[in-house]
Amino acid sequence: MTQQGVRWTADQVLALAPDAASRSAGGRLGAAGPWSGTGTGEGAVWGLCKDSGGEPYRTVVDVADASAPAFACSCPSRTAPCGHVLGLLLLWSGGEVPAAPDPAPDWVGEWRAGSAVREGTVEGAGSAPGPAAPEAARRRAERRAARITAGATELEQRLADLLRAGLATAEQQGYGLWEETAARMVDAQAPGLAARVRELGAIPASGPGWPVRLLEECALLHLLDQGWLRRERLPDGLAATVRSRIGLPAPADGPPVRDHWLVLAQHDAPDPRLTTRRIWLYGTATHRTALLLSYGAAGRAPDLSLPVGLALDAEVSAYPGAGRLRGALGEQFAPPGPASARPPGVTTRQAAARYGEALREDPWLDAVPVTLGRVVPVPDGDSWQLADADEDTALPLAPAARSRPGLWRLVALSGGAPVTVFGECGHQGFTPLTAWPQGEGEAVPLH
Amino acid sequence: MTRTSAPAQTPAPGVWEELVTAALLGTDRRTPPGIPPGPRAPAALLDAAAAETVRRRAGLRPARAARRPDPAPVDPRPALPAAAARRLAMLLADRSGTAGGGRRGTAPDLKELLPQWLAMANARGFVAPPQALPALLDAARGRTDLRPAALAFAGPRALWLARLNPDWRFVLRAMPGGDAALPRPGDTERVRELWRHGLFAERVALLTAVRAHDPAAARELLAGTWPAERAEDRLMFLDSLRTGLGPDDEPFLEQALTDRSRNVRATAAELLSALPGSALAGRMAARAAVCVAVDHTGDGPRLVVEAPHECDAGMERDGVVARAPAGRGERSWWFGQLAEAAPLATWPARLGGRTPREILALPVADDWRSELHAAWCRAAVRQRDAEWARALLGSPSSPEAGGPGAVSLAERARLLATLDSGERAVWVAGFIAAHGLSEAFQLLGVCAVPWAAPLGRAVVDALNIARDAGSYPWSFSGVMGLAERCLDPSEAGRLDGLLAAPEEAEDASPGAGGYWAEAFQRLVTTLRLRAVMAEELGGTPEAGAGEPGAADPGPATRGAGPA
Repeated sequence: MTQQGVRWTADQVLALAPDAASRSAGGRLGAAGPWSGTGTGEGAVWGLCKDSGGEPYRTVVDVADASAPAFACSCPSRTAPCGHVLGLLLLWSGGEVPAAPDPAPDWVGEWRAGSAVREGTVEGAGSAPGPAAPEAARRRAERRAARITAGATELEQRLADLLRAGLATAEQQGYGLWEETAARMVDAQAPGLAARVRELGAIPASGPGWPVRLLEECALLHLLDQGWLRRERLPDGLAATVRSRIGLPAPADGPPVRDHWLVLAQHDAPDPRLTTRRIWLYGTATHRTALLLSYGAAGRAPDLSLPVGLALDAEVSAYPGAGRLRGALGEQFAPPGPASARPPGVTTRQAAARYGEALREDPWLDAVPVTLGRVVPVPDGDSWQLADADEDTALPLAPAARSRPGLWRLVALSGGAPVTVFGECGHQGFTPLTAWPQGEGEAVPLH
Repeated sequence: MTRTSAPAQTPAPGVWEELVTAALLGTDRRTPPGIPPGPRAPAALLDAAAAETVRRRAGLRPARAARRPDPAPVDPRPALPAAAARRLAMLLADRSGTAGGGRRGTAPDLKELLPQWLAMANARGFVAPPQALPALLDAARGRTDLRPAALAFAGPRALWLARLNPDWRFVLRAMPGGDAALPRPGDTERVRELWRHGLFAERVALLTAVRAHDPAAARELLAGTWPAERAEDRLMFLDSLRTGLGPDDEPFLEQALTDRSRNVRATAAELLSALPGSALAGRMAARAAVCVAVDHTGDGPRLVVEAPHECDAGMERDGVVARAPAGRGERSWWFGQLAEAAPLATWPARLGGRTPREILALPVADDWRSELHAAWCRAAVRQRDAEWARALLGSPSSPEAGGPGAVSLAERARLLATLDSGERAVWVAGFIAAHGLSEAFQLLGVCAVPWAAPLGRAVVDALNIARDAGSYPWSFSGVMGLAERCLDPSEAGRLDGLLAAPEEAEDASPGAGGYWAEAFQRLVTTLRLRAVMAEELGGTPEAGAGEPGAADPGPATRGAGPA
């Protein structure tokens, strides 16, 4: 890409930060002082940063593609992007990096040549095998299905044993039993089953009401096992949902849908091994909602970054499965830009109904994405709820959402007045992710 | 159970409960109705539970809405420009970032710039972005120096928010009207009602608010219930009269001199002595005047001091504390209090028509000089007398100004606060030029921000001299930090010559030159950033942010304010 894109906003830059520490480091380095030899051109920004004595660090960022910037820095930091990359980008976003009249320095060119070689990596481990050996692929798939069937059968046996002896025994048996079972499901190449089994192990310690929750989750796991074992007899859509819930990879084979996709939310679920980033998009023309998932190895921010409030002209293809919410980002026709559009809101009643309807297609669904229009955050004992401004109904906040700082941003933004809130609505309650004030005003991320 | 939404009406109530009970006990012991015991029972139970779980979830409906909080009051101030709002978010995000060790490197310390940013935003009358309030309140909770500006910026919505979160309870105490919705000072009916029946904290807040609005009304409110108040309450209430203190308050304060409580009496006396025209000030003047005289018997005129021989009932009634602290002579203790409370106008008349400067130049017999001058310092600060303050400060370049003269540095800082900001800056600049930076920190703290040109120049010159002398910059890190916050950003260009690392002199500390270059670089970077901050807030840099910096040592902040 040779076209010189628009400068990013500071928000866009800071959204790249893998954690709070590097965000604040970037903020400190985002001033002209420590920098020298800065320049921008040919879709890149570069500069030398003198931090504390010694050789200055060489920092270069490829900014041609805002959703997947490539960067390099000679500092020893193990976080990526490091504070120098963020600082340089902040400097650039503030208009303080001069456009270089000459070609970029050699070291910039060298790095970019190297990164071009590295480009073109595929999207994750589970991509479809090439067409070279269809017969071999079919045999591999059959072998895997057989292993999953064996795993599901074994899991059914374990669940039956548990129900025969009673859930009360689960409390005494503790976590070890479930860990071992989860490991068996990993061996059976059914990561979806393994993850659910692991969550079962945590329920007996999750406080009052745990037997109800354990029964619910055991029953849904049983339903998934049975769905797999009888997948030949299921309608196509439900069979696809079962396969994706079990953890079988499938390519995003839906037709590419081009739209102006509004970025509704971006949030990371950090894990010591892997950061999962969830990005919700809303198609302003098609009114479709899509979920993009992107992953980063330990300490690294996932590649894809789409700051809340921007919109991008792009194609999104759906993955198979119920609701077809998960999508893959295809071609982008322009860099993301600011947008004032907002998704239309519904009432709490409509939101609850929407979740109920979605369960028909996917009974394992925990929550659906919903935008609530005109709701007020209201304290409710130790918890909070989002109450309709014009009706006497309310959705409780999900337990995890009660203790997050985002809750207070939401309450402050509202000030007792109606706001528009995007979030996930399900049986645990509502998890607010982004809010818009009454009248004019930008989207406020709550995560 | 975490869910509070109600499941849809259950056609067969109790089915789910039966399933849960059976699951808990185990199908070997119990099966729910409709499921025959036997080896298939667990699977049948799971089948039923799965159907029931999905049905329950699909049937979830919203809960009833709880009682809504009253909406936050409308804040009519204009919203921040977008760039300034982003800058605020960045300043607030940095507050936990720089924990590790001393400050090094060339990057500005953002959290030190937050107070200044807040002062500028307040001066320009912007409202805080609502979504920034939580971070703003968290920052103010951790730093009391930040609170007044942060809460002024946060406005009434912060008060509204703080009532919902116990972590921010400090806001309720710190903001007027925090503990309750205070009536408007003009609403006589409701003011009287709350004054009569309110809690102590509410009454203090109310009295403070009324006093700021109408000093006489507040005094009358207080006089109405005075005899019935408890002693410690009387002390707090009396203290609120410092605001807007004036001659009209004298009769009330004079009456408080007979109070049962010694602390109340002392406070009343202190307030009266800050009113040079009061009867108490006159009585103190008479007592003090007889203690000091000009003696012409020697080579030239000199002052002689004859301290009182007793502390009589009248003196005690006027607030003189009879009992001296350990290690102090009783008579000099009594004398100090008399001289401190006497109006300064007493002295030129009493001492042969001399000006303050001439009086202070007179030798003092028998080692009374420091006692006498120290009392006059306290009087000048209390009475906010610039002429005496100027005379007591003397010439900034005199050798005594930098050493342990009769007047300590802390007292000098308080005296400086009585001068206007331009004069203050010139005096401190002169002091730094003569004595260097090592003693100047306290004095710099009372200078207005941004520093006036001569002061800024003096500080930069002194830093330059310190560098050339070969010491390390961290010996001056306090002044350097102040300079980053207080130097006028337009001076940044003047520093360009100092950014390069100089050649190492033979007697210099190893590597010092590089560290100095780094420190100056950080200074320049910070100044540039401050200029940008000011521009983002839409105005000429620094206009209106004339309060002393965050390192203000707090000179006489409790003194009687301008009426």
